[in-house]
Amino acid sequence: MTLDLPLVWAGIIAVAVLMYVLLDGFDLGIGILFPFAASPAERDVMMDSIAPVWDGNETWLVLGGGGLFAAFPFAYAALMPAMYLPIILMLLALILRGVAFEFRHHGRARGKAFWTAAFAGGSIAATLAQGLVLGGFIQGVKLDGKGFAGGPFDWLTPYSLLVAVGLLAGYTLLGSTYLIWRTEGDLQVRARRWGWIAAAATAALLAVVSLATLFVHPRIAIRWGFDGDSFNLATLLPLLPIPLLGLAGLGIVVWGLRQAHHATSLIGSYLVFLSGYIGLAIGFFPNIVPYDLDFRAAANADNALSLMLVGVGILLPAILGYTVWVYWLFRGKVGGDAGYH
Amino acid sequence: MDFDALILSRLQFAFTIAFHIIFPSFTIGLASFLAVLEGLWLVTKNEAFKTLYLFWVKIFAISFGMGVVSGVVLSYQLGTNWSVFSAVAAPVIGPLLAFEVLTAFFLEASFLGVMLFGWKKVGPGLHFTSTALVAVGTLISAFWIISANSWMQHPTGFTTLPDGTLRAVDWMKVIFSPTFPERLAHMVLAAYLTTALVVGAASAWRILRRGPDEEPCLALRMAIGMFAIVAPLQLFVGDLSGKEVMRVQPAKLAAIEAFWETRTEQPFHIAAWPDRATEGNRFEISIPKLGSLITAGSTKAEVKGLKAFAPQDRPPVFIVFWAFRVMVGLGVLMIGLGAWGAWLLWRTKGPEYNRAFLWAAVAMGPAGFVAVISGWVVAEVGRQPYVIYGVLRTADAVSPVGAGQVSASLLGFMAVYAVIFSVGVLYILRLIAAGPDAATPELDGPPGNPLAAGTKGAAS
Repeated sequence: MTLDLPLVWAGIIAVAVLMYVLLDGFDLGIGILFPFAASPAERDVMMDSIAPVWDGNETWLVLGGGGLFAAFPFAYAALMPAMYLPIILMLLALILRGVAFEFRHHGRARGKAFWTAAFAGGSIAATLAQGLVLGGFIQGVKLDGKGFAGGPFDWLTPYSLLVAVGLLAGYTLLGSTYLIWRTEGDLQVRARRWGWIAAAATAALLAVVSLATLFVHPRIAIRWGFDGDSFNLATLLPLLPIPLLGLAGLGIVVWGLRQAHHATSLIGSYLVFLSGYIGLAIGFFPNIVPYDLDFRAAANADNALSLMLVGVGILLPAILGYTVWVYWLFRGKVGGDAGYH
Repeated sequence: MDFDALILSRLQFAFTIAFHIIFPSFTIGLASFLAVLEGLWLVTKNEAFKTLYLFWVKIFAISFGMGVVSGVVLSYQLGTNWSVFSAVAAPVIGPLLAFEVLTAFFLEASFLGVMLFGWKKVGPGLHFTSTALVAVGTLISAFWIISANSWMQHPTGFTTLPDGTLRAVDWMKVIFSPTFPERLAHMVLAAYLTTALVVGAASAWRILRRGPDEEPCLALRMAIGMFAIVAPLQLFVGDLSGKEVMRVQPAKLAAIEAFWETRTEQPFHIAAWPDRATEGNRFEISIPKLGSLITAGSTKAEVKGLKAFAPQDRPPVFIVFWAFRVMVGLGVLMIGLGAWGAWLLWRTKGPEYNRAFLWAAVAMGPAGFVAVISGWVVAEVGRQPYVIYGVLRTADAVSPVGAGQVSASLLGFMAVYAVIFSVGVLYILRLIAAGPDAATPELDGPPGNPLAAGTKGAAS
């Protein structure tokens, strides 16, 4: 039996992107929540809770981009020009928020205020840009052969704006539930309040985005068993566990918030993201650039894929191992002595 | 194809990658320096090494952060602006870049967290291991990126299929292409020199302001050791690399030396104004016959000139010629600084008492960065008009995006980079001005010491 290399690689890239969303999601969320903190000291604690891990979290984005280049070069070559402006916006925003981790400590009064704003603004802008890319991706990309053939603003539609706002709510939920896990006292109380608001916003926007997605492309609706005026229960039923997983996730978020648990709500919000992620994938699979380029046609040469698979087989378990170790090392509540400055 | 988008994309790539290389060329050396400092502290128990470690680790954190964020840009920019290059090159160098992420980036990012924030969480051995792993990660990263670049300079180990796409046929020849060893050695030595120059300048400045305290004198002596050994070594490795250029990229060599005619007894141009329009040098100061001697080892050797190549296959001459001279000129000054410092160490009571030397060391602080960027300009502009030498022209590699979008993004990068560069440099200079003795008094104990005094950390 020979391995279906493109399929294996589609799985690896999907996992890398999911890891990015789940990990950088909470640290972008903390940036989004920055303006709502009660004091500069509270912001310090918020930032300290992610300072040792944000760089590793963002590396999954590099693996997503670099991996797409290496495993599905035609998808990379079509998607990046199609999403040119939101990708650039995301990069610029990530630069501003990324340097803020160090710069905020070295700035004096005005400098510190500027980098506090840059961290918040950069996190919000990066999230919105990622939402616009996601929305533009689900809408579909105009191709001529394998290359991008659309206009510079194809990604900008009411639908993509809706997705962007939805992602903002979702990352805020991840950020606030992460803070509940890692902080204590007044900040944790505040994080619970943020968690309630973010959970409500995420639930509402997820519902609206899910419905809107059914109308974005007829193909997606058919995948879910709707073909205009009737719906096919035989198609829909096997897929029902996916939205149910999302509902269960929301239920766990709410339960964790009500019971004042520490880590429960974060786990619940991860289930919500997982459900949304799989739900979207159902809509466009096996396309990797919706809806005219499937992952096999976009894949790199087999000898490149197999060489990299050997590398991933050895290295990814090691990466996951030391990533888990680092999280374990910095477990527990963040105190005031977390920094080294 | 949109000509303006091509020019703008080239400008944007040149700008973003030149900006990016500033940080790795400093942090590759600084990570190794920190590992050496921490190791020496653990072995000798000399507190001066720890003070130096805690001082330079802050500067490392700022520089490394700027390197990370400007590096993420590059992994996406290949697609946004150079999608044709991406599709053509990925079957061969895709795995190299993927391996860079898998072997280096995760390692650096994860253990950087332990290095910066784990001082009180792990024991001394584990903390040192983390520092060492970050240092190893920076070197692994250099390995892969130089491997990919070397392949673009002199592609081997691949074949072109009938439909025009590329396939790797021998991965060892792709990864270890013939010019790779010299290029890797040249870049790593450049990074070590760049760091040593900054460490030397900061220490000299400290001594000039506050007198010869133990820590800056120690760091200055370590820096002098690097100048004295690595700078001459770099000249030797650079010459090896130049010989490879002559063998595999004769047009680049002709541009470096502003040779137009193919002849024996080429003169060496100390200065020249090469002009592509007139296919000659408008003005030159030359030493007869020396050009052939330096490049080919004999005044009788025939060396190709630019006219041997069709006009559309020639790289820009002026910029390559002058960038090379800036790099070599600074290299010679570094050798001089090393020799001077070594002489002061050997024959006087110490370099810290020679104010002229200290001022020279301060003045040479930024020289490494200028030399590194000049060297990359020689390598990359000299490869033009190709992006993959002999395989894909830069003009054919660009994305189907409009000039409007690329202007917007270029302006965005210029604005954001101007802010973070000036602020980052300001904060680093402030730290240098405050000096090692101002560094982190609360981290008195060794790593892992639960009794480490004070609880004031980043929250202060």
